[in-house]
Amino acid sequence: MSQQPIIAAGGCSAGWKPSIVAELARVVRHAAVNAEYRHLVLDCSEEAAAAQPGQFFQLLCPHPVGEQPFLRRPMSLYGADPDKRQVEFLYKVTGAGTRGLDTLEPGDSLDIMGPLGTGFTLDESMSHIIAVGRGAGLATLAPLAAAAKAKGIKVTAILSARRPELLVSVDLFRSKGAEVIAVTDSEQTSGPANVERILRREIAEGRCDAFFTCGSSRLMRVQQRLAREFGLSGQVAMEQQMACGIGLCYCCVRDFNVDGEIVNRRVCWDGPVFDLMEALP
Amino acid sequence: MNAAAVRPAIDLSVKVGGLTLRNPVMPASGTFAEGLEKVMDFNRLGAFVTKTITRELRAGNPLPRVVERPGSLINAIGIPSKGVPYFIEKTMPHYAVYDTPLVVSISAPTAEGFASLAAELSIPGIAAIEANISCPNIEEDGKAFAMRAESTEKVTRELRRATDLPLWVKLTPNTGDVPEVARAAEAAGADAVVVANTILSMAIDLKTFKPCLGNIMGGLSGPAIKPIVLRQVFQCAKAVSIPVIGCGGISTAEDAIEYMLAGATAVQVGTATFLQPAAMTTIIDGLETFCLHREIPRAADLIRGVVIEEADEPELSWLDPVS
Repeated sequence: MSQQPIIAAGGCSAGWKPSIVAELARVVRHAAVNAEYRHLVLDCSEEAAAAQPGQFFQLLCPHPVGEQPFLRRPMSLYGADPDKRQVEFLYKVTGAGTRGLDTLEPGDSLDIMGPLGTGFTLDESMSHIIAVGRGAGLATLAPLAAAAKAKGIKVTAILSARRPELLVSVDLFRSKGAEVIAVTDSEQTSGPANVERILRREIAEGRCDAFFTCGSSRLMRVQQRLAREFGLSGQVAMEQQMACGIGLCYCCVRDFNVDGEIVNRRVCWDGPVFDLMEALP
Repeated sequence: MNAAAVRPAIDLSVKVGGLTLRNPVMPASGTFAEGLEKVMDFNRLGAFVTKTITRELRAGNPLPRVVERPGSLINAIGIPSKGVPYFIEKTMPHYAVYDTPLVVSISAPTAEGFASLAAELSIPGIAAIEANISCPNIEEDGKAFAMRAESTEKVTRELRRATDLPLWVKLTPNTGDVPEVARAAEAAGADAVVVANTILSMAIDLKTFKPCLGNIMGGLSGPAIKPIVLRQVFQCAKAVSIPVIGCGGISTAEDAIEYMLAGATAVQVGTATFLQPAAMTTIIDGLETFCLHREIPRAADLIRGVVIEEADEPELSWLDPVS
């Protein structure tokens, strides 16, 4: 059972239409971008292609040989093109689900469900934002580049990885006019102290009125501290193991600090993007 | 709503535990919330069944709360609950706009607690009470009222005294004699039994040697458990005369039909919704198509429809003593 049948959510209330759909998307391109990450481009419906930065999809991954992943896998959006009716994902093979994704060839179909969750908010008051990402965050933050450009908001992207050749999204950010600062473990530039130094310089030079971050608790804490010090806003995309992806099961809860009170929220439904100041590592 | 356009050629309605449902398909408690509004038309469902409400505020279990296994899912969510006032003020209004009966699932640590909660929730807008006396994730070591006939009878009797609403009692598969427990629920005044909840289970991570769940044990659900619970539904439907609502691993219309043939009057769909969010409406469509093709005018005709051939008289002649 590598694929399940497409589900049409028929309705009987007048004018009712689903806004979250599970559908069979078709693989257009699927290629390695470096030793770790793979880029998957799918033809999909108009509804799926309307996905916004920070939203995600639940993918029903094909079964790799010898493994039977049961649940869908949450995957943050790497790109969406409503005109071409395409969505893109950037992923690293880490488990049974992504090993299954890895088997997909152009022309194959993939059952995708979405768009899901609350994404990033780009507000008119912002003129220059900073995106700070590492790991899966490099993919999650990528769609901000085009969205910010469309609103005339400048972007500085601080992208972190173990080694320079493992960085992704650099070209994408640059192609949308963003300033990219790459930091890596191997060059000893990715530590919180150095990132804080870079952020302080950007703030001092008027190039930061909001933080957008994903993929590193240590870097998130640095931004929380600076946001408090300078009165800046911020948004963080959080990760958590998920089952349903639509707020039913309460598997993916995390604690948040809301005005000093610890509040439990569902990453899939209340997020995955949350107020930077409320997030707990 | 356009009632004329939706009237099916097949009569899908069923009478279950004091309610007439437009069709036999409803969600299993804990796998349903307002978010599904974005996926399916809520006016198509047979009923709504809420996540279990408790009187006390509950945070739920430590993470991880789920682990997958082939064809199945083990969960130990632990019934996070925001209490009764939140449910009445915030959750109920979401469902009030639909023409679908709202069944509220409740749990409490004692029989008296169940009764007082049922009384408090016997209010306009609630169509029935489902007493979750079978969650494996609340009590220590997976224990639950529904593991024994005596405790089931006691809690059901208290509940019966506390509410005039249709009372559905949700049984556990984690006991030796489910039909006996079903009979106890019936004797104490239940209008229907839900068979069953998840199967108490466990998984261990071979990298860390630690249990995969924060709660150590959890409840198994999904297609893997269907044959086990189907058998329990069959046994319970023979043991009681009140309706049995089948719940366990139903993913397709064929699964739902199999449950009805085994004796279920209605079915609950849970884990399947995690994989295909529109599973319930797909099952309703499939049930109607099946009845059309097989020329079965009413879905209710499927209930207890399993054909059990009487065994032929054994041929004993060869055993006759030679005379």
